[in-house]
Amino acid sequence: MMSKTTTALATLAALGVLSGAAQAEIRLGVSVSATGPAAFLGDPEAKTIEMLVEQLNEAGGINGEEIALTLYDDGGDPNKARTFATRLVEDDEVVAILGGSTTGTTMSILSVAEDEGIPFISLAGAISIVDPVRANVFKTPHTDRMACEKIFTDMQAQGITKIGMISGTDGFGASMQAQCKEVAGDHGIEILADETYGPQDADMTPQLTRIRNTEGVQAVLNPGFGQGPAIVTRNVAQLGFEIPLYQSHGVASDAFIELAGAEAAEGLRLPGTALLIADKLAEDDAQYQVVTAYTEAYKAKYDQDVSTFGGYAHDAFALIVDAITRAGDSEDPQAIRDALEATSGLVGTTGTYSFSPEDHLGLDLSAFRMLEIKDGDWLPVE
Amino acid sequence: MTGRNKWISLGVLALLIALLPLFFPSGYYYRVGALIFVNALSVVGLVILIGYAGQISLGHAGFAGIGAYACALAPEHLGLHPALAVVLGAVVSGVMAALIGKPILRLKGYYLGVATLGFGILVSMVLTNERALTGGPDGMNVADLGLRDVLRDMGWKLSGGEFWYMLCGVVLLVGAWLALNLFDSPSGRAMRALHGSEVAAATVGVDVPRQKLRAFVISAVYASVAGSLLALQNGFITPDVAGFMHSVEMVTMAVLGGVGSVLGATFGAAILTLLPQVLTVFAEYEQLVLGLVMVLVMIFLPQGLLPSIARRLKGRDE
Repeated sequence: MMSKTTTALATLAALGVLSGAAQAEIRLGVSVSATGPAAFLGDPEAKTIEMLVEQLNEAGGINGEEIALTLYDDGGDPNKARTFATRLVEDDEVVAILGGSTTGTTMSILSVAEDEGIPFISLAGAISIVDPVRANVFKTPHTDRMACEKIFTDMQAQGITKIGMISGTDGFGASMQAQCKEVAGDHGIEILADETYGPQDADMTPQLTRIRNTEGVQAVLNPGFGQGPAIVTRNVAQLGFEIPLYQSHGVASDAFIELAGAEAAEGLRLPGTALLIADKLAEDDAQYQVVTAYTEAYKAKYDQDVSTFGGYAHDAFALIVDAITRAGDSEDPQAIRDALEATSGLVGTTGTYSFSPEDHLGLDLSAFRMLEIKDGDWLPVE
Repeated sequence: MTGRNKWISLGVLALLIALLPLFFPSGYYYRVGALIFVNALSVVGLVILIGYAGQISLGHAGFAGIGAYACALAPEHLGLHPALAVVLGAVVSGVMAALIGKPILRLKGYYLGVATLGFGILVSMVLTNERALTGGPDGMNVADLGLRDVLRDMGWKLSGGEFWYMLCGVVLLVGAWLALNLFDSPSGRAMRALHGSEVAAATVGVDVPRQKLRAFVISAVYASVAGSLLALQNGFITPDVAGFMHSVEMVTMAVLGGVGSVLGATFGAAILTLLPQVLTVFAEYEQLVLGLVMVLVMIFLPQGLLPSIARRLKGRDE
């Protein structure tokens, strides 16, 4: 029975490939968390990719071939993400997969992509996605570790050596907390206080008071995303802290300033991408064109502001289009993978990507820009 | 249910599992099939608890979580083979169920529901917060079953579901067989008796607390094995597996398919696993359709899909 089934499968697969070739379509698969608890990541990602595919196809596709997009919403459930990844590979026969909004969904898609030899670009943050390097797995967002390093570099420049940390216990906050503790020593930073709060907590005054009462703390760092950091920001202002507050890239959006209040957020710093200061970029900035084109198109189509997360999807799409163009063969996932790994100097909204066999993230610290909130708006610190 | 009915149920299940692959156009369907079997297995456990013994649990995902994380943790920390880790998980779940079942099964109705709910949330919180051990909300990798080379030699796809389809199908068959055996056994009769009336059951000599506990422990082991199979199959696990929504999903599957019937449970699991896959085309309406299906079934087929349909058919025959 087994062999009969496999033959039938093979025949069907062959038919699928043939009909695909006749239509000259490039089958691209996406699985993001457009709904559910991670929707704030997946929603802009899905919208961005849909918009970009439409744009590209209107402009004539890649080497005359249009992109046929299959997009699934895994709802942030790793189990569903794995099923959709299997479906994309086995049923929709895509040549590449983008997506995996969270670390959990990414890890699920990753093993399918690795087993089947399909290139996969993840949109999630964890360093474990690309370390150790896996042949078919790439990612666009910078890692938490890089955010920590960027923040600590800025602290060093200010002469800050002793800090207090208050972190969310959600996946993002906890992961960044661990990474920051690991690299703090390399930058001569000492973490004197290490507090945490739950994702649903409505008041962080007790933890912050403990930090304030810790002798010698020169700055506060708050790894976390969602509403937690906004509450921390407000509490810090209420308690009248006189030391600087650093937030993470997890809250790098205009919505954060609204949530925390411009007054409370005044003067706080965080590492962000060029997207946040799209309107303030110099015209000769390397990222000016990419960022402006993306923000304007997105605003025009959806009447919403872009977010860093949509930017990750934008970059993943740009990378795969670039790779397919250079691979020359839009039917062969391994040729696309090889071209992807050879990517060099591709300018995205997050930074400039250059992959190598040892580096499947391809960003360095320069991708982050240190931003400061001034009068309810983001300003680059230089 | 007579002995004949038991073999009919098992036969139908075995035939479906064996013959469906003939109609599968791609490997993806094996994956969905394997998921259905895993879900069905934990729902069969709930049939014993809810359908036979008449007790409710809103925390069974907790046991699935224990089974899943046993497969992830035991090979790494104890050097145990993943297959043995499944057994370990089942034992831990069983012991845990016995320990917490003793006090909370004295509760009835809503109170029992809330107590089990609390247990499920506790497990989920431990898995989320014990970052050093479980990797926290980001999840952790699960060791391979060590069959990759064997599978490759047989020409089966590694991540494709053929192997898992067969394995989960067989485990489900065994699970269904055991559950159906239990139905007519003295224990099964005692459980059903206390379902009908605890006072009456106690009067005729049924040890009520003991039988309740037995049903609770058995169903916990089912959920645990299902969780283990899911973890091994996915090769990666997050605390979502122990989440509250997963508990609710299990109960919904049981109630939708028909809470007293093993075949109905499988049917319910199949529908609720398949619907999200079928509805990807209009993903926005997925929840709406799911809700509508459930409300309609509860209004028109309150016994659950399969028993209600079976009764209608029987009624026509007679």
